[in-house]
Amino acid sequence: MSDILLEVKDLKKYFKSPRGTVHAVDGVNFTIERGRTLGVVGESGCGKSTLGRSILRLLEPTEGCVLFEGKDICTATRKELKELRKDMQIIFQDPYSSINPRKTVLELIAEPIKFNKLIPNGTETDIENRVLELMNIVGIDERLINAYPHELDGGRRQRIGIARALALNPKFIVCDEPVSALDVSIQAQVLNLLRKLQREMGLTYIFITHDLSVVNYFADDIMVMYLGQVVEKAPSEELFTNPMHPYTKALLSAILVPKVNGNPEHIKLRGEVTSPIDPPDECRFAKRCNYICEGCRDSTPPLVEVSPNHFVACHCIKPGENTLHETIVD
Amino acid sequence: MSMKNENAVVEQQVTELDDDVVLDVKDLVVQYVVKKQVVEAVNGISFSLKKGKAIGLVGETGAGKTTTALAIMNLVPDPPGIIKSGTINVCGHDMLNLEPSQLEKIRGKDISMIFQDPMTSLNPVMTVGEQIAESVRLHENVNKQQAIQRAMEMLELVGIPGERAIDYPHQFSGGMKQRVVIAIALACNPRILIADEPTTALDVTIQAQVLSMMNDLKEKFNTALLMITHDLGVVAKMCDDVAVVYAGRVIESGTLEDVFNQTMHPYTEGLFNSLPNIGKRDTELKPIPGLMPDPTKLPKVGCAFADRCRYATDICREKTPEPRFVSDTHMIACVRYDEPDFSIEGWQNE
Repeated sequence: MSDILLEVKDLKKYFKSPRGTVHAVDGVNFTIERGRTLGVVGESGCGKSTLGRSILRLLEPTEGCVLFEGKDICTATRKELKELRKDMQIIFQDPYSSINPRKTVLELIAEPIKFNKLIPNGTETDIENRVLELMNIVGIDERLINAYPHELDGGRRQRIGIARALALNPKFIVCDEPVSALDVSIQAQVLNLLRKLQREMGLTYIFITHDLSVVNYFADDIMVMYLGQVVEKAPSEELFTNPMHPYTKALLSAILVPKVNGNPEHIKLRGEVTSPIDPPDECRFAKRCNYICEGCRDSTPPLVEVSPNHFVACHCIKPGENTLHETIVD
Repeated sequence: MSMKNENAVVEQQVTELDDDVVLDVKDLVVQYVVKKQVVEAVNGISFSLKKGKAIGLVGETGAGKTTTALAIMNLVPDPPGIIKSGTINVCGHDMLNLEPSQLEKIRGKDISMIFQDPMTSLNPVMTVGEQIAESVRLHENVNKQQAIQRAMEMLELVGIPGERAIDYPHQFSGGMKQRVVIAIALACNPRILIADEPTTALDVTIQAQVLSMMNDLKEKFNTALLMITHDLGVVAKMCDDVAVVYAGRVIESGTLEDVFNQTMHPYTEGLFNSLPNIGKRDTELKPIPGLMPDPTKLPKVGCAFADRCRYATDICREKTPEPRFVSDTHMIACVRYDEPDFSIEGWQNE
């Protein structure tokens, strides 16, 4: 039977701002099975990073709950949370600003080990050996153990971030744009490393990215977000071959393929991402959508399963059918 | 082989005399001298660009792409930058031997540049209309009213309502700011536009909008485009020709078809193999091992890519690769091709 590691129920995260309430994450539901990767895609401001952080309770969710192996993270006490976080880690986007520039590689990787007292009564040598082991796993040369971050390139710094996350033997890692700041040749090295670690250690990932070709390569399932809400969720292959939500269609058509004549005209969207401040109860994509039907401006469309494991939130799509009941707007 | 080489040389001279060439860069060498260390940023880059065409300069961080662009505009910060040698010809002007006052007439008029980050390249305390008009007034004999009028037309052209000319940059989104930057660059109808990673900071759907707008404007005004990017997808969409840059040298160049469909240089192959393939999810990525060489410690002889190259042999570390033309348009710099039957595996281009 399915082995659910993480369940997110109606998660909301609002921020107060002088101009109103920002609905950064607005009612997100999903589950992830052990050993799988859920890709979360969307454009800047769609709430994907906020979602990642709320799941780990690095941000306090406004509403909803997150169940990790059945335990509710949102009601856990500080002490419980400290224990839980050994199993749940995060890799940050920017390897330049997410590690302390005044610590050496040894100190950086040893930090989570010492903080969580993972090696009880361990001597400095024990800890150093564990650090060397982790450096080997993530592919940083042992000679760099006393180097400072500024002496390392972005790819190696990101590997430090990964080693720090792995130090606790987590079951689950939120990867928040882990390769966006890296060059393509280095990006491929880090993606392969993350994949290898998943195979060998049975890790479960949430992989947050704006890069659709990366998520297609990396994730088993993909969830597309728009202004704090999930608009479509499906297995990767299904999503790429049969995108249904008008936003997903536009997003996929905008991918630039490195092939001669590989890029036919993209689907044009009107305008740009609208404000997530106090959004009205309507389809949040309606203002930019090329399709319109009854109900688009009347209520928020629910996420419904239109075919097995393929969920879409669009008033123009009816369950059991996979076409848009469209009136194309000019 | 030698026959082909001679042909190529002849071909080159012909293009040089060609009236259609608006930009010609030859043997450009640029260095930055910092505390007795010499950063060898650009080490002999040559290429040319014809009227209305687009060339993509592709490479990773530190390859020397932006330095090349700055050198073309004669904007390399000095100190620490020094243009050691080479010539740059922009619409008949020898850019490296002009007085600052003459350069000012050319920049913005004959050649414009748009920078990567639209957030920092606009003046936050001037309205966008004033910023576009500023460039128009500098280069054309118009009064303030006419310049503002032109600014509004330019805004309309890039898809922003003209009445927003009185707004300040912070009132625009990222994609719109980049459109404003493009409007400034195109305001005087330059013959050459240099775009340095113009869409890297933008979201995919906005990137698509901005690129197709650039394509339309390029066709409308017959502007030549030098597109600097690390994104091979952007090159495929926008460019006629490609030059792949590694450690300050062009290692492969040619038409889009040459470089994408008949890839010959191991580094170019490595770049393609590093990209996830949308069609085939299961193909394992084959990254290029190792890192870009430190530009202060480039090898004096031999190929700068040799340490990362899976085809490298001893000869690669002994002999510096020279440009070699394998067809009229397709150039590679790789010594392994001295061997008559050498070939790379190629990348999976289904």
